[in-house]
Order: sequence, then structure tokens, then C-alpha cells
Amino acid sequence: MQFDQLYQEIILEHYKRPHGRGLREPFGGEAHHVNPTCGDEVTIRVAVAGDKLADVSYEGMGCSISQASASVLHDLLADQPVDEAFKVHDAFVELMQGRGQVEPDEELLGDGVAFSGVARYPARVKCALLPWMAFKDAAVRAGVAVGPEVKA
Amino acid sequence: MTSLAIPSTFDVASLRADFPILGREVNGHPLVYLDSANTSQKPRQVLDVMRAHHERHNGNVSRSVHTLGTEATLAYEGAREKVAAFVNAPDPAEVVFVKNSTEAINLVAYAFSNASVTPGSDPRFRLGPGDEVVISEMEHHSNLVPWQLLCERTGATLRWFPITEAGRLDESGLDTLVNERTKLVSIVHMSNILGTINDPSRIVARAREVGALVLLDCSQSVPHLPVDVRALGVDFIAFTGHKMLGPTGIGVLWGRGELLDAMPPVLGGGSMIETVTMEKSTFAPPPARFEAGTPPIVEAIGLGAAIDYLSEIGMPAVQAHEQEITEYALSALESVPTLRIFGPTVTEGRGGTISFALEGIHPHDVGQVLDDEGVEVRVGHHCARPVCVRYGVPATTRASFYVYTTTEEVDALVRGLERVRKVFG
Repeated sequence: MQFDQLYQEIILEHYKRPHGRGLREPFGGEAHHVNPTCGDEVTIRVAVAGDKLADVSYEGMGCSISQASASVLHDLLADQPVDEAFKVHDAFVELMQGRGQVEPDEELLGDGVAFSGVARYPARVKCALLPWMAFKDAAVRAGVAVGPEVKA
Repeated sequence: MTSLAIPSTFDVASLRADFPILGREVNGHPLVYLDSANTSQKPRQVLDVMRAHHERHNGNVSRSVHTLGTEATLAYEGAREKVAAFVNAPDPAEVVFVKNSTEAINLVAYAFSNASVTPGSDPRFRLGPGDEVVISEMEHHSNLVPWQLLCERTGATLRWFPITEAGRLDESGLDTLVNERTKLVSIVHMSNILGTINDPSRIVARAREVGALVLLDCSQSVPHLPVDVRALGVDFIAFTGHKMLGPTGIGVLWGRGELLDAMPPVLGGGSMIETVTMEKSTFAPPPARFEAGTPPIVEAIGLGAAIDYLSEIGMPAVQAHEQEITEYALSALESVPTLRIFGPTVTEGRGGTISFALEGIHPHDVGQVLDDEGVEVRVGHHCARPVCVRYGVPATTRASFYVYTTTEEVDALVRGLERVRKVFG
């Protein structure tokens, strides 16, 4: 059933017990993104060490989808090589923009595959993408080269 | 659940049969439509009139000598007469058709703007540094942003009434807020987020003392209760067709004839002129002066049909029905643990729009679970973000009722909220 695919247990679990939440120092770049239709907010900080993302920390308030997405983002990207992190970023964005037609790569996306149901709810895709768009801006500000343009 | 003080004078079940959409299912459940403050559903009578117009009478208005054009003009102007009678306006020429409430309010704002840079214009519409425009913290963005922009353009100052904790307009500072510098007061009649119905009488009296004009945003009141522009004593009202059983794309600016006469045009083009030379134009009297271009003809006619429908029921009966539903809903919602209502918790001085929060659960999630049960509510800041800020929440969940709403639908909402608490508790 569609609804259960939207609110998968993994998403509710990340929402209720978020991983790595809280803004941490030091960081190289920070971005604050808002969803103007619902007021969801997220701030992401990116710390770079060499060719690795030493930390990706965050703070936010909003719906379960946006906040769980930030928690999953932290799990997937913190302590990852920059190249690898952007592969994951691009795969997540592709999944969200796929209208439910994209088969997610579980090896690459981990808990992120739980969001595949969200892609069938156009009103909620922006919620899931909010932290990922903020991450991209924060990474640019931290001086990390990024891949091709993506649109929320 | 509670004793119903005012009996309805119409049968809701048979009325619902007029609304085809109410028969559909959403996610396997009967549709429970609790978002009428956002947009209302349309009865067959409105849809039929609009279809018949396109099928039988379509022609452009105010410019054709042929039969179709004449029929279309009569129907369009007939709709204007219905609107005027519905709000007790003295003259149909005081009714300007626009796209929606937002456009109606912007029309007044831009008339001020244009007058402010036009030598010899009526001083009541001239704004500059030192002048003040007064609104309230309770406004929809459509009665807030146009005035911010106008003040930025003219150098005037924007001021506002605050909201009390109970969700009422705080008029304690009335005499200082509305003063000799005030040129316009523009406030909401019924709040789209709190449901509060404001009594503008003290504000109107004070505005008269200082010579300020008064605009009342009636987007949420005209659809739900009897509105009489003469009794209100205001200068302008704005409302929109799609919230009152009519189609989208049609709204109304009502203004006192003498003021509309004094206002400069806003949009220039066809149908709003008197004579045109290559150098200069003179302008038609209102309402044509403010209706440049081909207007939303069938939409206006649809609004006329919606007014016929509402008048048949009678606005006092519409209001009484919604009061019943609101009383039932306020009491039912209070039984939901951790639920907090924003705005008045008594039916007195409020309409059938109730905003609330479930502690610790974001409205987006509330709305999504309810939708899975077929219950359609609005979530977000409802284009009234300062109200959310006032109460320290990013967003609310809002259930809003209309003439077709039943107590069973309120029960479905309450059941849905129980499921929300189970999923996110």
C-alpha cells in the first residue's frame, strides 16, 4: 500500500531518533534552507579534511520526511570521500525526482532507499530534498567541487 | 455530543447531493472535504450555468451588437447586480469584477500608488513620507504584502494591530494606532487561520474621526455569513468567488461609488476608456474603468449562480449551520489529547475555520495521514505566517467547514487524528 511506503519504519525511526543531529564546529560551509509552503527548515554544516567530508552536521525543524532525510544524509555522507558523497547525493536526488519509477541502489543509498515511496507524493518530494539541497550549498561554501546542477 | 443551540433550516444530506465531488472516494474512503476556507466545492447548479453559457450564449461583453454578445453582456451585468444585492451595495456600478481578493486589494493599493505620483489627484489617495497605513497581525499575506510594497514605493509607514493570546484583534491601542497621519486601515473581517470574526465598528468610527479610508478583507466572511456593506460602514470590501461555491478566476472589489469615481485607473487597455487619441486617453466611469480587457465572463456568471444558490438557502441559515458544526468540532477536538487550538475556543465571534496543532507532530505529517483516510485538510502557514510566528509554531493544521459539512465528517477528522497519534506517537 502506497501510504505505508511513504512512512516506512526506517523513516519514522530516523525521525524519532535522529542520527548525528546538532550543529558542530569546525565547519567550512553552512547553508540554511526553508520550504516556504510549509515552513520546514534545515541548516547543514560541512567540514572538509583533505578529500574527505570530515563531518556533516545539521539542525532543523519540520515534518518527519524532511527531518528523517537529514538524519539519513548525515549517516550516508559524514566521513565519506567527497567523490563518493556526491555520487550518493546525485543518486538520492535522482530517486526523488523519479516519480517512483527509479529502482534505488541499496548499496549506494543505504537507509535512503526507504524514501523511494516519497517520490510518488509530489507534494512531499521537496521535504525529502530540503536537507540535500542545503548540503549542496554548504559544500560549495566549504569549497568542495560539485557535480551538475539539480533542481528541487 | 453537545446540544445544538441553533437548528439548521435546511437538510444537509439532500443539499450534498447537489455537489458531485462529494460523492467521490479518496484513497479508498469517502471524501471528507474540510478545506473550504482554501477553496469551496461547486454545486451542479453553478457548473450547469457555466456549461450552458459556453454552449449557448458565448460572445464577448460590452462591445458586440450581435445577439450572442448581447446575451453574454446581459448575463455578465446580471451577475454584477446579483453581487451588489448579495452584499447590499446601493448600486451595481460599485461592484468591480477582478480575478480574486488578492487582485481586488492590489487594485486599491495601486490606485493609491498611481494617485501618489499624479498631480491633482484626490488627496485621500495620495501617500507619502509621514502618512500611515494600518493593517493587523492577523492578515492573510494578500492583505499584507500589497501594503508593504505600497509603503516602500511611497515612503509611507505601515503599522498594525496585534493579536491577543485568545486570537482576537487587540484594539487597545486603537486611538494611537489610527491617528491623523492614517490614510487607510485595511483589516480582515474573518481570519482565514484563526477563524476569528472581527467587529470593525470601533475601527471604522475611529477612522472616520481622523479621515482615513477603511478596506475590509471579506474573503472568508462573504461566503459564510450575511455581509451588508452599508451596515458595516466601510469604504471597500474584497472577496473571491471560488470560496463561495463559485469558480476560480473571479473576485470582487466593492467600493463606495464616490471613491471609485475618484480613483485613477490601474490597468490600461480595452473597455476601460472613454476616448483615446495617440497622445492621451480619458477613462470610463467605474466599474469599467477598472476592468480593462476581456473580463472572466463565464466565471462572473458562475459566481452569480453561486449567489443564487446561497441566497436560496439564506445566509443566516448558512451561518447557523456552520455555527452548529463549529460548536460540535470545538468540543470534539478538545477531546483529542495534546491538541492545541489556535484562535477562539468559543463559537461567539468566530467562524467555521479551526487551526490546531498536535504536540510534537508536524502538520505536514498530520495532513498526510488524514489524506490517507480521505480527510482533506490544509497544513502550513495558510498565507498568514505572522500569525504562526505570533503563536510560536512553524505551521498549523486547519479544518474548515461549509454549508455541506456534516458532524460525521468532524467525527472522521477526530478518528483520523487518533491514527496520526498512533503513527507518530
